[in-house]
Amino acid sequence: MSLEWMAWTPVTAGFFIGLGLVLTGMTIWEVVAPNVERRGLLPITTSRGDRLFIGILGSGYIFIAWTGLTDWKMWFVLPVCLVFILLSMRYA
Amino acid sequence: MEKWENNKAWFLVSPVIVIVAFSAILPLMTVVNYSVQDIFGPGNRVFVGTEWFKEILTSPRLHSALWRQFIFSGLVLLIEIPLGVLIALMMPKKGWGVSASLVMLALPLLIPWNVIGTIWVIFTRPDIGLLGATVNGLGIAFDHTASPTDAWITIVLMEVWHWTPLVALLAYAGLRAIPEAYYQAAKIDGASAWSTFRYIQLPKMRGVLTIAVLLRFMDSFMIYAEPFVLTGGGPGDSTTFLSIYLVKVALGQFDLGPAAAFSLVYFLIVLLFCWLFYQALQNVGRGEKT
Repeated sequence: MSLEWMAWTPVTAGFFIGLGLVLTGMTIWEVVAPNVERRGLLPITTSRGDRLFIGILGSGYIFIAWTGLTDWKMWFVLPVCLVFILLSMRYA
Repeated sequence: MEKWENNKAWFLVSPVIVIVAFSAILPLMTVVNYSVQDIFGPGNRVFVGTEWFKEILTSPRLHSALWRQFIFSGLVLLIEIPLGVLIALMMPKKGWGVSASLVMLALPLLIPWNVIGTIWVIFTRPDIGLLGATVNGLGIAFDHTASPTDAWITIVLMEVWHWTPLVALLAYAGLRAIPEAYYQAAKIDGASAWSTFRYIQLPKMRGVLTIAVLLRFMDSFMIYAEPFVLTGGGPGDSTTFLSIYLVKVALGQFDLGPAAAFSLVYFLIVLLFCWLFYQALQNVGRGEKT
């Protein structure tokens, strides 16, 4: 089956492979050490998956703000997003 | 045993996962791929990085459409939720009137969305439309094809007419679920109609009203067919909401790259609101359990 219609690029393929690996890692983590919901800085109880979701969604908004409001190089947004996801996983 | 049942549940939902993968995940992946390329045709494309995101995020037309969308959704919620609750409060509680009013309320919900647009195009025509001709006959100039204000009034009216019944039905279901003992206690305490509403009915309807707000916000935020049929986004760009603008870019100009980038930004906005409302619903659920 040809995937030409999906118009893949190495960058987007890398993005989705990364996302897939994160989800696989989270599944394995859940099996090995089942999640316990807790309350962090946000006024809601969050599970591990919730915190990852908050991190990824927040990263999307950081990307939008970076692109729409600044002329800074796009590569710098990647570590900022990674740090945001890690902070979300730890404190959200 | 429990483990086996859980695995069986996964097996049973697997067809849904496959369907969602083909109908949503693969197309979404394709949109991401398109958003970073300039597509000239099948097999003819150039990688442009985040150029389309930059273009659409700095586009004044997109900013206007976004504000318009928020104003529209806000207006619709401000009218539909109180009106729906009011209708639910006025509906009969027993007898043949219950079935009759439920059927009457459900009618607008059964009409296809593009037909709703066509109905209102005819209904508001200044020459032959019942509403348009009547308003013009009263000496008030009304033409939704020429005046942005009239176009907005017509679209908001149409949306309210179409979807308030849903809010009313949800609120009615919430009201019917309140045990009679609460009303009897209020009567013994000599509570006024307003107090009964404020301290019994409204808190008990919190769950269904949160669902109503969620459904109506998401639906109005993604509205397309009705305003497109009614005004086509005009006059000018005055009723060009996000989805109408997106279709204009994707199909009108055939700019697949910018349209894909726009779709992803739109998706992120919708996703954020979905999550916020989901959290609100969870909180309501927890509150009702305790």
